[in-house]
Amino acid sequence: MSDRAAEAPRERMPLRVRLALYDLDGVTLLVLPAIIFVIALFVYPFVYGFVLSFQPKKGDWLANYAKFFSDPFLYDTIAATFRLAIPSTLINVLLSIPVALRVRRMRNRRILTTILVIPITLGTVLIAQGLLIYLGPQGWFNRVMATIGIEHMRLVHNYTGVMLSLIISGFPFTFLLTLSYLTGIDPSLEQAAATLGAKARERFLHILLPLLAQGLAINLCLSFVQTFSVFPSAVLLGAPAGETRVISIAAYQAAYEQYNYSMASAVAMIMGFCQLFVVALILGARRFVYRGSAGGGKG
Amino acid sequence: MGPEKSISERLWAIAIWALVIFFVVNVIATIAAVAVDSFGNRWFNSWLPAGFTTRWYSSAWDEFQLHDVLIVTFEIVGAVVLLSGLLGVPAAYALARRNFPGKQVVILLFLLPMMIPPITFGIPLATVLYQAHLGGNMSGVILANLVPTVPFVVLVMIPFIEQIDPRIEAAARVFGARTGRLFVHVLVPLLAPGILSALLLVLVRTIAMFELTFFTAGPDSQTLVVTLYYAVGSAGVRSNQSIDAMAVVYMLTTLIWLLIALRFVDPTQIVTRAKREAAH
Amino acid sequence: MAIAARDFRELRLDGMSRNFGTVNALKGVTLNVRRGEFIALLGPSGCGKSTALNCLAGLLTLSGGSIWLDKTRIDRLAPEDRGFGMVFQNYALFPHMSVRRNIGFGLNMQSRPKAEIERKVDEALAIVRLGDQGDKLPGQLSGGQQQRVAIARAIVIEPPLVLMDEPLSNLDAKLRLEMRAEIRRIHELIGSATIYVTHDQEEALSLADRIVVMRAGEVRQVGTPEDLYSRPAHADVAEFMGYRNQIRSRAAKSGNLVNVSVGGVSLQGTPVESISDGEAVAAMRPDDLKVTADGSISATVESAQYHGHDFYCLGRTSDGIELYFRSAQKVKKGDTVRLAADPDRVLVYARAAP
Repeated sequence: MSDRAAEAPRERMPLRVRLALYDLDGVTLLVLPAIIFVIALFVYPFVYGFVLSFQPKKGDWLANYAKFFSDPFLYDTIAATFRLAIPSTLINVLLSIPVALRVRRMRNRRILTTILVIPITLGTVLIAQGLLIYLGPQGWFNRVMATIGIEHMRLVHNYTGVMLSLIISGFPFTFLLTLSYLTGIDPSLEQAAATLGAKARERFLHILLPLLAQGLAINLCLSFVQTFSVFPSAVLLGAPAGETRVISIAAYQAAYEQYNYSMASAVAMIMGFCQLFVVALILGARRFVYRGSAGGGKG
Repeated sequence: MGPEKSISERLWAIAIWALVIFFVVNVIATIAAVAVDSFGNRWFNSWLPAGFTTRWYSSAWDEFQLHDVLIVTFEIVGAVVLLSGLLGVPAAYALARRNFPGKQVVILLFLLPMMIPPITFGIPLATVLYQAHLGGNMSGVILANLVPTVPFVVLVMIPFIEQIDPRIEAAARVFGARTGRLFVHVLVPLLAPGILSALLLVLVRTIAMFELTFFTAGPDSQTLVVTLYYAVGSAGVRSNQSIDAMAVVYMLTTLIWLLIALRFVDPTQIVTRAKREAAH
Repeated sequence: MAIAARDFRELRLDGMSRNFGTVNALKGVTLNVRRGEFIALLGPSGCGKSTALNCLAGLLTLSGGSIWLDKTRIDRLAPEDRGFGMVFQNYALFPHMSVRRNIGFGLNMQSRPKAEIERKVDEALAIVRLGDQGDKLPGQLSGGQQQRVAIARAIVIEPPLVLMDEPLSNLDAKLRLEMRAEIRRIHELIGSATIYVTHDQEEALSLADRIVVMRAGEVRQVGTPEDLYSRPAHADVAEFMGYRNQIRSRAAKSGNLVNVSVGGVSLQGTPVESISDGEAVAAMRPDDLKVTADGSISATVESAQYHGHDFYCLGRTSDGIELYFRSAQKVKKGDTVRLAADPDRVLVYARAAP
């Protein structure tokens, strides 16, 4: 009878229960320390640096940026860095494709991948020192070249040295990433294409490349961001006052040699902006490319 | 595919393998050059040093105070590993098991420090740390190195946690376990291999992490890789061979941990585990 | 009909063999296929039927033997040069191409003029009854629709031979029955030869002109569905074709028939392999073992499952032999029934199924 319903007190759902409907409970709080940490030590410094870059020691709020773009010693670093970053990224990513295509059929890839992981693990500082010796005028590489008649290759303390170091430390990354994308493509797709008459080159162009494209875009972004931030190799292995004066050196000098933290932050912001710009370009181009799964059906 | 390869296909395959071998040989030679030089008596104008000795090692040990540097390095790395585990694993659990509003934003928040290279945020970070009087000493270095590793642990652990059947956890709760005991008795044991892999990867990456330590360390809080950098940079002043001896010590430190890590982890995970998550 | 299979007289498999390391996946398969035939390769998993199909397609190279299309030897050709159509088990539709582009892919590889490709794709879509789905992506289609796109893609290139690798195994039961009829209809429409791999004997029986039963890399029997249903040549083929009762017993010749002992009772059976007096195997279908009031075999019912039309039962004789039979009447556990079987429905083999 309807009296019953009228008698029962109407209760509001307690807050805890309502929050739980949105998956917000004690367990969710576990993510809080990490979030606070990242905000405090990543987001805040970034914002702080951004604000600081507009508070120069003297001049108006744009003084740092004005100084950067009016002093060739400073703004040339952007070009110098792009001159290193773009070719090395393209080489690393483009070379990774044919090598990954070859290697994916290997049964025992582990040895090769272990060897390739070593340069990444050792880091750029050690690679720089190694290349200084190995590629030096008395080093083994030049000695071998001399026996086949190529003399006096200048490979260190210049653009070439830094470029080679970027390739040695960058190629393993791009190769392993491309390989993992490639092995994620359903092999029956290539088989189907073959039964329909597609030769190896056509299978690559029509099937593999389109399905790989989204992964290659990510690869290009990550690789570029890495090479654009080159620092120790440019100093140790390059000509830091000359052709390999990269933008990270400018930032470093502003902070640790001139103690001008405002300027240093400005340079860091410009650097970040350049990277963001290129990444946005690459990701924007993704719109023209297939971005779904690489499987073959409901198999 | 297909029974017979054409000539051009064979040539292409040979060219690619030649490239790979060339690359590998050069990498090995680069590393070997450092090692050989560190054992060489004098090495100016010949294929190999005039004689071999180990004196550079003792000289490097004293010159660069390697004993102290190694202790500092392992204290820093140890703290980073421990803290990133303590912060990262619970966060990964929350992200794997709960679908709260704003979750995508949080995941993006964890992706950024891993995708943006250390230099770009390193200098502002160092500035902030110095302002908080944490710069130039071990706490600052540890905090700086935690910035990329905490998100790394989170993103690596999420798939591991998702693999655990949530009904096991439901069973534990039905039988009376609250979150704390759930972790200790059920989750951590089941996740142990995953946690181990993640922490080993953090260890290897932090030993080699240059830029962040470089920007935040003082003279007493340098890790081995930073000391190496300064030494290489001052190569005119110090003898090259003792620098190389220190470089070999650094190599052994990293490679030993790499080999240990590889027993539990596929080499590709050092790269792709983290980046695959970034790809989504 | 504009889409019609290319003409050929005969596809000859001559001792096809394939090894994987020490494993002999195919041990010398020999078979002749005529134009227009629907051949089913039937067998349990691991019998080599998919290996045989992949060898035919060129996705695997032969370790021995040869394959001939009329006078041309084709086993040295790459898959892209053989011109066969293939429908894969997981469909293998190109996820980044629309249905039309998927179907037209093979014609594209042949560099046909665009207008011709469009026309033929339209025809193929009409044949598989997907006319209005042409611009969708595979991910937007249901399993059954994806399957039909896969079939359209294989037939539009007008191949002499269409290879199908368990195409229906991922569909639900109702869809499977519908698609079975579709596949047969399309096969007859375009007149190609079809080689169809399956582990489902019902599918093979309903679709094929001839069935090739395989086991452990060998051909055990080739025959029409009727042959295989009523006269399997070996005990293992019989077991696969549904002769669930396989009873070992001593055999004694008796004129054209053989006497075997089942449940302590002597039964007459028809010898299929040559039997010498001694050990033999008697095989019977459950539906051939009838429950009658005066049956000679006595068994106690151990379980009875209701299947609507009748009961599927398991009974045990006094000397412990298990018998599967069907009963129109309701029986329950513990009942005693009397069973009988016609002599020409009791098939006697010399050796048991391995």
